[in-house]
Amino acid sequence: MEQVVQQIIGGLATGAIYACIALSIVMIYQAIDHLNFAQGEMAMFSTYIAWQLMQWGAPYWGAFFITIAISFVLGYVIERTVFKPVHNAPVLSHIVIFIALFAIINSMAGFIWEFTIKPFPTPFGTKSVLGEGLLSAHGAGMIAVTGVMLGMLYLFFRYTRVGLAMRAASANPDSARLVGIRVGFMNALGWGMAAAIGAVAGMMIAPVVFLEPNMMVTILLYGFAGAVVGGLTSPGGAVFGGFAVGVIENLASFVPHFGAEMKLSIALALIILVLTLKPSGLFGRRIVSRV
Amino acid sequence: MKTSTPVTSVIAAIGATVITLAQNWKLAGFILVLIAGAIFPLCASGVFTFQITQLLIYAIAIAGLNLLTGFNGQFSLGHSAFYAIGAYVSAVLMTQLDMPFYLTIPIAAAVCFVFGFLFGLPALRLEGIYLALATFALAIATPQILKFKPVEHLTGGVQGLALFHLKPEAPFGLPFDQDQWTFYVTFAVTILMFFLAFSLVNSRSGRAMKAIRDNHIAAKVTGIDLSLFKTLTFGVSALFTGVAGSLSALLIAFVAPDSFQITLAIAIFVGMVVGGVGWIPGAFLGALFILFVPNIAEHIAFGLSAFFDLIRKVIPFFPSIGEQSAKGLTGTVYGVFLILLIYVMPSGLAGLLRLAVQRLARARS
Repeated sequence: MEQVVQQIIGGLATGAIYACIALSIVMIYQAIDHLNFAQGEMAMFSTYIAWQLMQWGAPYWGAFFITIAISFVLGYVIERTVFKPVHNAPVLSHIVIFIALFAIINSMAGFIWEFTIKPFPTPFGTKSVLGEGLLSAHGAGMIAVTGVMLGMLYLFFRYTRVGLAMRAASANPDSARLVGIRVGFMNALGWGMAAAIGAVAGMMIAPVVFLEPNMMVTILLYGFAGAVVGGLTSPGGAVFGGFAVGVIENLASFVPHFGAEMKLSIALALIILVLTLKPSGLFGRRIVSRV
Repeated sequence: MKTSTPVTSVIAAIGATVITLAQNWKLAGFILVLIAGAIFPLCASGVFTFQITQLLIYAIAIAGLNLLTGFNGQFSLGHSAFYAIGAYVSAVLMTQLDMPFYLTIPIAAAVCFVFGFLFGLPALRLEGIYLALATFALAIATPQILKFKPVEHLTGGVQGLALFHLKPEAPFGLPFDQDQWTFYVTFAVTILMFFLAFSLVNSRSGRAMKAIRDNHIAAKVTGIDLSLFKTLTFGVSALFTGVAGSLSALLIAFVAPDSFQITLAIAIFVGMVVGGVGWIPGAFLGALFILFVPNIAEHIAFGLSAFFDLIRKVIPFFPSIGEQSAKGLTGTVYGVFLILLIYVMPSGLAGLLRLAVQRLARARS
C-alpha cells in the first residue's frame, strides 16, 4: 500500500510536467484548431534561451520571466510569418509545416547549443518536502506553478476583454470578425501564449530530464495523451489529464513487463482508448457540426 | 519484283509492333520501364542499385499511404508501424522457421492487412487531426513495442535480427549477385503493387473510397458502407506499406527496433505530400525526395558552415562552429525546403506537373 501511495505521489510530480505541456497544446488547439506537433520543440528552444541567459549571469527568476517574454514574441512571430500565408490550406499542409518547424527548431538548437546534455537549475531546491524521497521540493514547485498558471489562464479567459475576444475568434471566426474582433491577431496571440506556457513547462521539466535537443519528443506524446484524456477543448481538463497520465503511467509499473520500457505504449493505449470511447475527453465539450 | 526474305519479314514485324506501340503509348511506356528495369542493375554501380531499390520500396510504402489519405481522406503519421510489422514478419519467419523470403512477402502482407484493419476500427471514430494524433502516438510507441520483453526470443529485442546469411541467391544459376537479384525481386513486386493500386482506385471499390473522401454523408446516402470501406482501406494501405517493409528487410538484411522511429513515418508522410496527394505515380517523386533531399540538405548545411568559417576569418568575434554542429543544420535546411514546398506547390509535384501541362497546352492553342 505504501508503495502504491509513493507511486501515486511520484506520478503527480511527473504528471505536473505533462500537465504543463498538455495545457500549452490545448491553448494552441483553442487558438488555431490544430494540434501543434512542434510544441515540444518550441518549449525546448525556450528552455535553451533561459539556460543561455543564466550562462550570461542572469538570476534564475530574471531569466525565467525574460524567457517567457521572448517565447511569447517568438510564438507570435512564427504564426505571423510561417502560418499566416497558409492559413486556409488543408490540414495536410499544416501537418507538413509542423513537421518542418519540428526539424528546424530541433536542429537549430543542436546547431547553436550542441547536442551535449546540460544540467538545468531548479529554483525550488532538491530537498524532500513530504516524507523520505516521496516528493521533492522541485516536484511540489512544479505542481504549484502549474496550478498558478491554470488559475491565471482561467481569470484571463473569464474576465478580460482580450480573453473573451480570443474565445470568440476560435469558436466562430466569421461571426467574431463581423463584430470587429481581429481574428488573425487573436490567432497569433494564442500562439504567443502557447509558446509562453510551453516555455514555463520546458523550464520546469529541464531540471528533471536534463537539457538536450531531443528532451521533449516523448514528453510531447504524454502531453498529447493528457490533453486527450482531459479533452482538447478544456484547459482545466488538460491539466487534470496530465496529472492522470503521470499517475497511470506510474501505477502501470506494477503490471509485469510494463515497466519503464513500455511507458510510451501506455500513452498510446490511453490516447486510443479515450479517443475511441469518449472522443471529447473527460471534460471537453462535444463539438456538434451542422450538416 | 519482290521476294519475302526472313530479314524483311522480321523488319516488317518490328515495324508493325512499333506502330502498335506508338498508338498505345501506355503499353509502350510500360515496356520501356520493363526494359530499363531489366538492364539497370547490369550497368549501375552497387551503391546506386541499392539506392534505387530503396527508392522503389519507399514508393510502395508511399503509394500505400496515398491510398489511405489521397483516396479515402484518412490521415496517418504512423505508417512506420506497418512498415516495421512487414519487416519483422519476414525477418522472424526467415530466422525462426527457415522460410524462403518469397513466401514471407504474402504472409507479411496478410498480417499487415489484419493489423491495419484492426487499427482502422478506432480510426473510424477519429477525424482529421485526432487521427493524425493517434497514429503519431502509434509511430512513437512502435520501437518500444518491438522491444517488448516476452517476445524477445522471437524478435531479438534491442539487437534485432540479422539476415545477412539468409539473403536469397539468384535462382537457376543466373549470373546476378545478391544486390542485383534483390533489385529484380523488388522491381517485380513494385510493378505488381502499382498494378494493384491502379486497379483498385479505378474499380468500384476505388470509387466508393473516393466518394467517402469527398463527402461521406452523400456516400452513405448512396448506400456505401462507410465503416467497412474505411477499415478496409486502412487494411489495404497497411498491406502496401507492410510489403514495402518486408522488402526492406531483404534489402537491408537486418531489422532492429530503432530503424522504425517516427522519422520513418514522417518520411513516408512527407513523400506522399511532396509527390502529390491522390496521384499514385507521385509516389516515385515522393520517394525520390525523401531519399535524396536529406543528403542535399546535408551538403547545403556543410556549405553554410564553410560560409560561416569564412565570416569568422573576417569577423573574429563570430562564434566558432564545429563539424558536428554544421551537420546539425541539416534539419534546418530540410525544414526550410519543406515550408517552401508547401508555399510554392501546395498540391505537391503532381500539382506542379499538372499546372505545367495546362500552361503548355494553353501556349500551343
